[in-house]
Amino acid sequence: MSFLDYAPAPESQALLHLRPEYGLFIDGEFVAGRGEPFPTINPATEKQLALIAHANAADVDTAVTAARRAYERRWSTLSGSDRGKYLFRIARLVQERARELAVAETLDNGKPITESRDVDIPLVAAWFFYYAGWADKLDHAGLGVDPAARGVAAQVIPWNFPLLMLAWKIAPALASGNTVVLKPAETTSLTALLFAEILQQAELPAGVVNIVTGGRETGQALVGHADVDLVAFTGSTGAGRAIARAVAGTDKKIILELGGKAANIVFDDAPIDQAIEGIVNGIFFNQGHVCCAGSRLLVQESIHDEVVDRLKRRLSTLRLGDPLDKNTDIGAINSADQLKRITELSAIGEEEGAERWSPDCELPENGFWFRPTIFTNVSTSHRIARDEVFGPVLSVLTFRTPEEAIAKANNTPYGLSAGIWSDKGSRVLAVADRLRAGVIWANTFNRFDPASPFGGYKESGYGREGGRHGLAAYLRPAGSAAVAAARHAVTVESGHPVKSPAARKKAAK
Amino acid sequence: MTRLAVPKTYKLYIGGTFPRSESGRVYAVTTPGGDFLANAAQASRKDARDAVVAARSAFGGWSRATPYNRGQVLYRIAELLEGRRTQFAHEIMQSEGVPAPAAGRQVDEAIDRWVWYAGWADKYLQVAGNANPVSGPYFNLSVPEPTGVVAIIAPQSGGSLLGLVSAVAPALVSGNTVVVVADETRPLSAITLGEVLATSDVPGGVVNILTGSPAEMAPWLASHADVNAIDLLGAGDVDWVHLEIDAAETLTRVLQPESGADAAAPSLARILAFTETKTVWHTKGLL
Amino acid sequence: MTSTPVVATQASTRSRALALIGGEATDANLRRYLHGIPGIDAVGLEQRAAALGTRSIKTSSKKRAIDTIIGLIDLTTLEGADTPGKVRSLVGKALTPDPVDPGCPRVAAVCVYGDMVPYAVEALGSAHAAGRDQGVSVASVATAFPSGRASLAVKLADVADAVAAGADEIDMVIDRGAFLSGRFGQVYDEIVAVKDACRRADGSVAHLKVILETGELGTYDNVRRASWLAILAGGDFIKTSTGKMQPAATLPVTLSMIEVVRDWHRLTGAKVGVKPAGGIRTSKDAIKYLVAVAETVGDEWLTPGLFRFGASSLLNDVLMQRQKMQGGHYSGPDYVTID
Repeated sequence: MSFLDYAPAPESQALLHLRPEYGLFIDGEFVAGRGEPFPTINPATEKQLALIAHANAADVDTAVTAARRAYERRWSTLSGSDRGKYLFRIARLVQERARELAVAETLDNGKPITESRDVDIPLVAAWFFYYAGWADKLDHAGLGVDPAARGVAAQVIPWNFPLLMLAWKIAPALASGNTVVLKPAETTSLTALLFAEILQQAELPAGVVNIVTGGRETGQALVGHADVDLVAFTGSTGAGRAIARAVAGTDKKIILELGGKAANIVFDDAPIDQAIEGIVNGIFFNQGHVCCAGSRLLVQESIHDEVVDRLKRRLSTLRLGDPLDKNTDIGAINSADQLKRITELSAIGEEEGAERWSPDCELPENGFWFRPTIFTNVSTSHRIARDEVFGPVLSVLTFRTPEEAIAKANNTPYGLSAGIWSDKGSRVLAVADRLRAGVIWANTFNRFDPASPFGGYKESGYGREGGRHGLAAYLRPAGSAAVAAARHAVTVESGHPVKSPAARKKAAK
Repeated sequence: MTRLAVPKTYKLYIGGTFPRSESGRVYAVTTPGGDFLANAAQASRKDARDAVVAARSAFGGWSRATPYNRGQVLYRIAELLEGRRTQFAHEIMQSEGVPAPAAGRQVDEAIDRWVWYAGWADKYLQVAGNANPVSGPYFNLSVPEPTGVVAIIAPQSGGSLLGLVSAVAPALVSGNTVVVVADETRPLSAITLGEVLATSDVPGGVVNILTGSPAEMAPWLASHADVNAIDLLGAGDVDWVHLEIDAAETLTRVLQPESGADAAAPSLARILAFTETKTVWHTKGLL
Repeated sequence: MTSTPVVATQASTRSRALALIGGEATDANLRRYLHGIPGIDAVGLEQRAAALGTRSIKTSSKKRAIDTIIGLIDLTTLEGADTPGKVRSLVGKALTPDPVDPGCPRVAAVCVYGDMVPYAVEALGSAHAAGRDQGVSVASVATAFPSGRASLAVKLADVADAVAAGADEIDMVIDRGAFLSGRFGQVYDEIVAVKDACRRADGSVAHLKVILETGELGTYDNVRRASWLAILAGGDFIKTSTGKMQPAATLPVTLSMIEVVRDWHRLTGAKVGVKPAGGIRTSKDAIKYLVAVAETVGDEWLTPGLFRFGASSLLNDVLMQRQKMQGGHYSGPDYVTID
């Protein structure tokens, strides 16, 4: 028996007590939804975890109304330091309940427990800590003295990092003085609802954060609601485009974090063992369900064979299986739909003539699984080199010169992230300068930090999340006409301020 | 006995040259009172397309010029504007029907605004960039970069030169290249600005000036996949909501129309509106 | 660990090394070769090591790991105060790590100073491996351990003395001063000479572990280069540290050495061993090393011929873990023996 046949090491589920059914979280309370409740399942077993309420347009309206009321009567009257203290409370509560949240995330999403335990949940707490400190320092955010909150933020998040994306959205929104209506992804609502319990423990004023669960139409109702002041969305480019269309002509601010097809460029002088790890982390982290995944490996032709050989050997040591097992590297694909898409695109890759390889690994009987896969002999015109697969599928392409690497890396409508591997500092910096992408990782990949802005160029969306830049979308610059209008509006009792044509003017959307 | 003047043919400015519209169309530019001033080229969608191609090909060089160099080139334009002060004032008087002192003030303001923006070229990055204190052994720096090709609908009212400068200069500061649709009814100073640019150090294609109908050209610019941002500053009278919808197709960045006295007021925000923040991580290791 | 007649092998090792570096083992040729090997990014290496350290080795895997660790230990005493009595006690511990459990495996070797070798051999008696696959081997540090500051002649005499006294394995130190000042040829030649000195009268050869003293090399790139140099020169094992200075073995350093061993195996088909030494005190730490070995170069490396722990206090922690797993309750230091 091999030492590598590690005995099962499942994380205990004992500290997680899920309710059989969850309501919507509106105005500080869990309430029934008016739509048909739907089950959320564990993608590793296909077993139901809980029943989730379905918010219809009327529920969304109730939530937005609650958020507006909370904004006008409570949240906008608080000092920045008090807002910050609520955020600090939330951060601490997340830390206290970290293991429980990690287990819930893994059950609902299918990601390995080591990822939810060591990456997702610690970053959630870090995000709240970071923005907590901003709440009473907004004068220093680069938007002039005394910038104003926008009002009610509509936030729609994806299923790949459910609670982390919630933190990315809610922390800066609250720090800036906005109230929130957030819609989690249909397949991953659980941790957002546990987070609602945390908000109750933190005694956050009712209505400051509202969570409406449901499907696509719930999100559409929220994004299209006339009384939201800004829309923050993370998800596919297709959905982001629809949101941009839907809010066109309004003065709703939008932040879109959309798809990507990142190039991970490996030069012949790269620190090779770390580059291999970076390639693996770049595309197989979180089953490749990462918008900034390094899905296009651009490797210098002279080391192509060696890199592919090392990569294959390394992939053979990856462990696919029970996401709750602490030794699992590759968990479950989040949903049957996503598995179908990955399967189809991979089949197209083969049909187009690319060479497909996966390590031998057994797939569990139930649940949604996909072997880590690499395609070699990929050309830039292949769909697997152009379309976002959003799964554990790597396309390997080659280049000969830095100029060619840059050209190929930029040859995509996306522009979210990129990786560079080289021991030569001057080249790293020069290539970083020329890549049209919002996040460049040099000799590393898939690093996230609340202090570091994240967001894309081109069709990967606009706006930045994280860091000082992450506040900008949630604030109206000081001195703008809109700020004056907004300040006036919050003193008026009756609902949403009607924006004057003057208020519509803005220096920059 | 007065000398018979030689009138100027007002053409487009695309890729550093002065073509007529490929459509062969012109339209009469008049004084507010209706007196004929000139025939301006009426640019077509194909002219707009050519302008985008020219802007794209100029982007690499202009965006990679050092900020100091870009600042100098922009400042040089202000110098040349100053030299043509009389000509601009004359054209403004004629086409806007304003008295000489007002025309002169507009030119002065336009020149001063150009200088103000020129000075930002090697500073905006310091003000808007950030060293990010991430919790790990990483160098982490965020810097704004030009977004790419910016299409602009110049203001269609107010001072024609000042409006144009207020729209174009901030986009150029960070290294974007520009396709601008000039004030339709009062395009003379825009064409003359093109002549200034042609004799300045701005590489051809960095600024491309189209005269004609915003309503005709804007949809093509808004929906153009190779346009990174569109400034609808002067598009308030056309169906700009549809332009914004068109722009959504490729996630083109949009600035909505502005009007009133403080429209396109000089601001850092206007520079940053045409930038993308890039964050670079690099490992830091002693061993 | 077997000591094989290796005269022919040694010659071929040398010619292979010279072919790889493209000429004689001069400073310049070696520098060109060693500096042509891809670099190491410290952050990435440390992250990978940390990730390997998060593997959760439980229940039956832990049981197996613990017995594996015991069988890989070079139980060590390297003190100025060592006496024949101390060495005999050490040997007793090596042979019977857990007196109440005869099923407990023996350690791989005892590691002592050269003058203590005869006492170790004597105390082992028939349990002395002496080239067999069973039993406990005697390893001796040599070459003016730990500093290595002596003339080559003295170092070689040190080695020959220990081999003659019955040492199965020689743990030599490289000349870190020469390495750091770029005299790669000197380091190379010295290892080659020590290897020659490991030859016994009957033509068999004691196994050579080359101690890099990674804590003095300053960078991971240097550790990697020194590893290649030691292997090119014919070392059977590359060993991290003397244990006489901090930092001694760390997981990232050891990982970088395992990666060299893996690459050498892919390049030549030959297998070289790795020995982290110093600073590994708990079974939890030791298990991380097993994981790093198994997931980097393969679990066939988890044999005494290819992997060792140089340690003294590690054994008792492992034994306490072992007792816990067998008895179901936590053990204490009074329930394991001191040597």
